[in-house]
Amino acid sequence: MSLAPFIDGAYGVTVLFLLGIGVSTFLRYRRAEKRLKAVDARA
Amino acid sequence: MNENVLINGRIGKTGSWFHRYANPGRFLKLVKPALPWLAAFSILLTVTGIVWGYFFAPADWEQGDAVRIMYVHVPAAWVAMAGYAALAVCSFFSIIWRHPLADLAAEEIGPVGAGFTAVCLVSGSLWGKPMWGAYWVWDARLTSVLVLFFLYLGHIALIRAFDNPAHGHRAGAILALVGAINLPIIVFSVQWWNTLHQGNTISITGGSKIYVTMLYPLLIASLGFYLCFITLVCARVCAAIMERRTRGLLLAAAERS
Repeated sequence: MSLAPFIDGAYGVTVLFLLGIGVSTFLRYRRAEKRLKAVDARA
Repeated sequence: MNENVLINGRIGKTGSWFHRYANPGRFLKLVKPALPWLAAFSILLTVTGIVWGYFFAPADWEQGDAVRIMYVHVPAAWVAMAGYAALAVCSFFSIIWRHPLADLAAEEIGPVGAGFTAVCLVSGSLWGKPMWGAYWVWDARLTSVLVLFFLYLGHIALIRAFDNPAHGHRAGAILALVGAINLPIIVFSVQWWNTLHQGNTISITGGSKIYVTMLYPLLIASLGFYLCFITLVCARVCAAIMERRTRGLLLAAAERS
């Protein structure tokens, strides 16, 4: 049995998860920061 | 934040460093400048650990290259458990002192912890097929980690299930505290029951059954995953604080007009 698909699959899932949650968190953080600055300036 | 708590039967200002830094504003001021550094170190360590484990760590004499899955599976499992312990601690502080920061942290730990638990379960399944001949067995370790995943999902759902967020946080905190009983079950499952899952390989008190050429990449990947978890939770808590402030300012502006 070739082990490559199992190893690649495990690493692939991990990297995709880390990238996904990292990017979504970064975007949420940047959006929250921008929105607060805009509302703060208006107030 | 409720600044007044009962100390020695008297109501008084706590003034302790802990309560001081549980203030969302102070937390934001303290953590925001540290976030780029935390992110840089977590990326550096995680990439080093993953690349070392995938390309350069030696193959096992018995498992062959399948042992490489350990470099993502074990760190994900450790972070999943540590994340739940952090969730339980936040829930404890939320129930006892009603710190809004504890509620925010608990809310943000849930999805991140559930993600790491899912990675642990999927990578474990992908290791199990070539080694055990099955993606899944109802083994005590595997089942207790699956229960951990459901506890995370239950917590995420429960805190969002009420119209009043305070009720949701309280119910979620109780679930998280009750669910913490699962943590020692996960850790000791391989000792209490005759499991297919292997026993503990690494011990803090000595007697680790792993050679240094495998231990170093595992420790670096683990440190990277822990830092990733801390960075993600801190960034999400900061974002949540800013979102709340924005909502508060918009509400105040609407009331004025």
